[in-house]
Amino acid sequence: MTENVNKSRRNLLLSTGAVGVVGAGFAAVPFIKSWLPSERAKAAGGPVKADISKVEPGQMLNVLWRGQPVFIVNRTDEQLAVLPSLNDRLKDPESASAIEPDYVKNINRSIKDNLFVVVGICTHLGCSPKFYPDLVPQQFDSEWKGGFFCPCHSSRFDISGRVFAGSPASRNLDVPPYMFLDDNTIVIGVDGENA
Amino acid sequence: MGTEATSQKGFMGWLNKRLPVTQFYKDHLSEYYAPKNFNFWYFFGSLALLVLVNQILTGIWLTMHYKPDAGQAFGMVEYIMRDVPWGWLIRYLHTTGASAFFVVVYFHMFRGLLYGSYKNPRELVWVFGMIIYLALMAEAFMGYVLPWGNMSYWGAKVITQLFGAVPFVGDALVEWVRGDYLISDATLNRFFALHVVALPLAIVALVVLHIAALHTVGSNNPEGVDIKKHKDENGKPLDGIPFHPYYTVKDIFGVGCFLLVFLFIVFVKPDFGGLFLEHDNYVPANPAVTPALIKPVWYFTPFYAMLRAVPDLQLGALVMLLAIVVLFFLPWIDRSPVKSIRYRRWPYKVALGGFALSFIALGWLGMQAATETYKLMAQLFTVYYFGYFIWLFFYSGNEKYHEVPERIEH
Repeated sequence: MTENVNKSRRNLLLSTGAVGVVGAGFAAVPFIKSWLPSERAKAAGGPVKADISKVEPGQMLNVLWRGQPVFIVNRTDEQLAVLPSLNDRLKDPESASAIEPDYVKNINRSIKDNLFVVVGICTHLGCSPKFYPDLVPQQFDSEWKGGFFCPCHSSRFDISGRVFAGSPASRNLDVPPYMFLDDNTIVIGVDGENA
Repeated sequence: MGTEATSQKGFMGWLNKRLPVTQFYKDHLSEYYAPKNFNFWYFFGSLALLVLVNQILTGIWLTMHYKPDAGQAFGMVEYIMRDVPWGWLIRYLHTTGASAFFVVVYFHMFRGLLYGSYKNPRELVWVFGMIIYLALMAEAFMGYVLPWGNMSYWGAKVITQLFGAVPFVGDALVEWVRGDYLISDATLNRFFALHVVALPLAIVALVVLHIAALHTVGSNNPEGVDIKKHKDENGKPLDGIPFHPYYTVKDIFGVGCFLLVFLFIVFVKPDFGGLFLEHDNYVPANPAVTPALIKPVWYFTPFYAMLRAVPDLQLGALVMLLAIVVLFFLPWIDRSPVKSIRYRRWPYKVALGGFALSFIALGWLGMQAATETYKLMAQLFTVYYFGYFIWLFFYSGNEKYHEVPERIEH
């Protein structure tokens, strides 16, 4: 049987098959890509503006960007002062693995020291953490220094959105791209570099 | 007068020359020889088929009244429940059927563990079964999203977020699965398409393969004895009986008992105390408000407990994935030549009992709020779950067992 194989026909058969597989691969592209966000979804995911003039120190503003809550927190000096002292208790104090723009790579994770902008979605499984700004002991943490607590699976974050060790979340809260139009207006979803 | 004669004459003769209907009927029913000693545990295969038919039938009827639109979906379910004639019954048959499917399938799988039905030569039957189980999980999850309640929404969010655990492409993958930057109308529509068209097609095809593979090698039995070793002069197994009428009648009795329980739940307690239909899902989807306790429906909670037991998302997702993947390899992990638990010794019986208990315990823990104690318990049971397979691999390699009889003796 094997002696009777016509080599050139067999090769033709194999190369035809190979071309067919490549063709099928190309044909699959539109089907796979059709699952990507549509143009309409992309347009709806455009940047949003917010007026921050009325956010007093210690207060938080919650705006929706791409359907997800973005927290804008005006932090007090007291809240900022404790940040370096928390490093030992954090998973990633330097935010090395965080998803954030380069211009917030500092201890406060912000452009303006006091004003913290963060996506209010737990990096564990996507619940929205609650805001616990006061530096008082809490049920879930007796040494609480202000921050965010996720009620779903008890992930704890400091007031810079950095995750405490022992939380199910692995990554610090994401910081979205943002920029200031003037002293009172912030735009979320776009920054000076990409504008 | 044998079927041999009639199958060649008249209408059946005409038909059989063009499509071997009589031969098919013989091969799979009237002359498919099954071991004579099937017991209680052998009801669940046919019951799974019954529930599948129920899901397809009620599902088709539900699509006639439902709209996969984020703005309307929740209202359409209310409409089915209140305004569509008999809509409440059709929906409760479908929702209770979903849970019944998993009850039946878990019994069916445990039967396989008890009697070694996954072993040579039935490895492929087991693997097809596992693929069905996976497809069923996807099917159930997407179906759960369709009513667009708040638990649908947040459940969808948590589960799709798991794709984010994939290294490097995780976030892009999540966006691709959702079709948007968040769970939205686009997500609902594609889940509808998958739930109603793609996955049912796949499941039906897989069930055909599962049964075809089974009928090629023949059924196992509680003794774990190969009935094809001893045949009479006509080549029929001495310890076998034709599936029809013997087991069709037995299975109809099983169907009767099953329907008594199933319909009692459908009519009297369709939400089953929040287990089959969760209370948080009677609230419309709200992207701004997370339910206080996010938990999947009961049939996923063992794996969910494992996910939460690991204090790292990527590792947790990996553990959960491995918990399912390891089952695929069971035919090669269990190296013992003895199939049935009846002829294995106490260490195996104790370990398998513990395995079943740990699965149930994880299922319970997955429904509770995550406290430190529960988390520790979930970690212990997760270790046992995986430890069982590791132990089994080494134990079964050189296992002492009781002598297996040649034939089924009672």
